[in-house]
Amino acid sequence: MLEVSTHPVGNAVVVKITGDVDLYSSPEVRKTIIGLTKNKEKNILIDLSQVAYMDSSGVATLVEGLQQVGRYKGTLKLFGLDAAVREVFELSRLDKVFEIYTTEAEALETIAK
Amino acid sequence: MPDVFSKASRFDGTGRSGITIFMGEKKKQGRSAKQTRGKQPQRQAPKSTETIEFRVPSDPKVLKIVRLSVSWLCELAGFSEEDRNSTTLAVDEACSNIIRHAYQGDIHQPIIITCKLLDNGIEITLQDFGRSVREEEIKPRDLDEVRPGGLGVHLIRSVMDVVHYESNEEEGNKLTLAKYVRVN
Repeated sequence: MLEVSTHPVGNAVVVKITGDVDLYSSPEVRKTIIGLTKNKEKNILIDLSQVAYMDSSGVATLVEGLQQVGRYKGTLKLFGLDAAVREVFELSRLDKVFEIYTTEAEALETIAK
Repeated sequence: MPDVFSKASRFDGTGRSGITIFMGEKKKQGRSAKQTRGKQPQRQAPKSTETIEFRVPSDPKVLKIVRLSVSWLCELAGFSEEDRNSTTLAVDEACSNIIRHAYQGDIHQPIIITCKLLDNGIEITLQDFGRSVREEEIKPRDLDEVRPGGLGVHLIRSVMDVVHYESNEEEGNKLTLAKYVRVN
């Protein structure tokens, strides 16, 4: 089953997703991300290292989050993408739209102190 | 092969019938899909050797079961990990579209998935009895426009060698997808 948790790291909030993100589970991811954007969370890092599968509904959820943070000049960055998940972003041509990093440390380095 | 899957009227409409799987040998040559996207199969005259049919309810909960099954069939077909993942993604996206658009979120309707193992790949037909899809809904959208939604059709067309949609009153809506083993 999908698990979504959040924890603060430095100036960011990390959203850790564990499990497959599909039409069944993506509403749970959306609830968390939209909740953070409603609170105008400045920097959101999405940890996808434990996601082996993501479909277009999951990608759409992240696009929606990216659009929301853009409205208050926040950031939403991704890290830890598995090859199969990265492929979905590449096929959707969203790998150039999102900032994608290999590790949490790399993603955190890009956030202003 | 028993005809238990071929008519919508056989489905009780409650969704309680759960998941049905049928596996059988096909003696006739498999019908190849009629329309291709331009990619040509590396080997010709695909012949169906084995057919497996699933009847699942239109409930997003069962998508993972569909993915696991299709992934395993792709492995049997000799696909690389990349092609296995992409074919599984296409079938998942097609099921999601049926749930969202054909059945408009009703989780108790039937989806019949017929997988034919070919000697050079796999052909998968998804059948539903919901609203037929308009042509503009099947077309992939412009990816330069960054917005949520509308990516499923693009993903399906990007990764499959054959994508063919047809709709009629007797058989409902049928989406036929095929992927061929790549010869390096």
